[in-house]
Amino acid sequence: MSDVIAQLSAFVSTNILKQPNRVIESSEPLISSGLIDSFSLMDLALFVEDTFGVRIEDTELNTGTFDNLNQLASLIESRKA
Amino acid sequence: MTTFPDRLKALHSRTPKRVAVYLQFSGRDDYPITYDRLLRGARAYARALEREDIQPGEVVVLILQHGEDLIYSFWGTILNGAIPSIMPFLTEKLSPERYRADLSALISVTKPSAIVTYPEFETEVRAVLRDGDSIRTVIVTDSFEAQTGIDFDTLPGFTRKPEDIVLLQHSSGTTGLQKGVALSHESVFNQLDAYGKALSLSEDDVIISWLPLYHDMGLIAGFLMPILSGVPLVLMSPFDWVRAPYKLMQSVSKYHGTLTWLPNFAYNFCAQKIRDRHIEDVDLSSWRAVINCSEPVRLESHHAFYERFKNHGLRLEALQTSYAMAENVFGVTQSQLGSLPAVDEIDRETFMSERIAKNSFDGRPSMKMMSSGRPLENVHVKVIDEAGSEVSERVIGEIAIQSDCMLAGYYNRPDLTQKAFRDGWYLTGDYGYISNGEVFVSGRKKDMIIVGGKNVYPQDLEALTYEVAGVHSGRSVAFGIFDEMQGTEDVVIISEVDSEDPNEHQRIADGIRQHVTRNSAIALRYVKVVGPKWILKTSSGKTARAANKEKFLMELSEGEGRK
Repeated sequence: MSDVIAQLSAFVSTNILKQPNRVIESSEPLISSGLIDSFSLMDLALFVEDTFGVRIEDTELNTGTFDNLNQLASLIESRKA
Repeated sequence: MTTFPDRLKALHSRTPKRVAVYLQFSGRDDYPITYDRLLRGARAYARALEREDIQPGEVVVLILQHGEDLIYSFWGTILNGAIPSIMPFLTEKLSPERYRADLSALISVTKPSAIVTYPEFETEVRAVLRDGDSIRTVIVTDSFEAQTGIDFDTLPGFTRKPEDIVLLQHSSGTTGLQKGVALSHESVFNQLDAYGKALSLSEDDVIISWLPLYHDMGLIAGFLMPILSGVPLVLMSPFDWVRAPYKLMQSVSKYHGTLTWLPNFAYNFCAQKIRDRHIEDVDLSSWRAVINCSEPVRLESHHAFYERFKNHGLRLEALQTSYAMAENVFGVTQSQLGSLPAVDEIDRETFMSERIAKNSFDGRPSMKMMSSGRPLENVHVKVIDEAGSEVSERVIGEIAIQSDCMLAGYYNRPDLTQKAFRDGWYLTGDYGYISNGEVFVSGRKKDMIIVGGKNVYPQDLEALTYEVAGVHSGRSVAFGIFDEMQGTEDVVIISEVDSEDPNEHQRIADGIRQHVTRNSAIALRYVKVVGPKWILKTSSGKTARAANKEKFLMELSEGEGRK
């Protein structure tokens, strides 16, 4: 779980925020805070699919599905067969 | 010369059962709207406005999401003779406080008489209203019969003349909302005639669009042109497209789409983010033209798009370009459909230092410019220097235009209208050059940032940073830098603070990122907080955006910009 969060965190800070040194707290709101915009949300979904083999459908790309790394990691764990 | 209501009536009497719009929704079946249904839905709105005593020539603001009501209320306002203006809907990303401030700004300048919105949004809208403002009524979508009989002759819209204003179009942000581009029936039809000819538009065409209707490209190319030309339109929501760009390809395949307009970033976005499994059986061979418009056009973006979709029937010649602006209704130029847009390889150094686009020679460093095509037959384009004199071919200057489809003015802003013209020519604020009659757009005179096809004024973003604790007024600078990967500009904000502590810088940077995004709906790519005396100022004390951009890029390339 913490490994998943670490990978997600590294992706968000390096590829989306372009601030590799930025620490993303696992409970930090990502979408509702404006940290991740809708274009980058697609990147995150593609990264999750490629890295963990877990699909997030386009209709799920909203705060109702996840808004922080804890929630995203749980979603990934629950879908890993 | 005709008017919108006359044209609609003619289309309706000729082909009432023809589908004008296929509305697409996520997770629901497509919904076809025939001309008959369109007119009945619109008439219900026209009557609702009439009951509220909204007169021809008054402005009605529409605050509605993608859907039937937006379409019916737009045309209903026109059938009533009033002037519709579509305002973006509040999304979860934007703070409600900022949205209210924007709406207030729009009301104070445009002085609309009515607002149309959903029941769920009524409270939000009413919260903005003040005693003595221009709004006399808020019309809620489900408060009247949705479809009614048609009695054309008594609708006040039929008394409008071709030279009357038919609609207003705003760009976003504090600055953009104060500049409503007012267009007459006549201007819009002059544009549609000339642009339709450049496209060889016919009733066999099918236009596929995901563009928002509060933007000129979406409103004209992706809404008015098809409906007023009897060309079917397949319309999806921008919010659905950004989460599922493959739906554009599926729609082209399903409806045999022939024409689509996209901002440059969308070529990269589609090329990079669509999975094979979503387009397995997709056939794009019906596409006559995918027209790159509303941000600088990039050859690399066309190549990436072609490589990604060539195995699905996409033809390279389908990738086209246009230069357009709301002030000219829409299109200024269009590349020749059926052949590739001209590409001009020019010498980089002469371009940078002498502002001349010379053909490259002897293997010197060069850059490839893609043409935006030739002027439409009703548009004159010239390139001028600072003094306003026309320059020679291949010399870079400001692009100025003249046409019979110009704006009537910025609504209620004669001061801005006057400033926009020089000797009868509209000054576009874009730099470019002409070669062999083709227009090449090379940059901007205005400090405007274009991100994802959306115009953003840096002064709006800078003003937002001053609302963040620790940032002083006048000590931020915002600009755009081109992102090769995304095919659009990334927004950069640099703010100078008193502290030299990196942890404090990080904290303020987070605050800026959150506040600016929530208040502009623009995502910031780089937020850099710096200590005193980083930002370069002009001799008069103003921040020099270009100089600061250069300094930032220098530090970025030295690997210091990523702190």
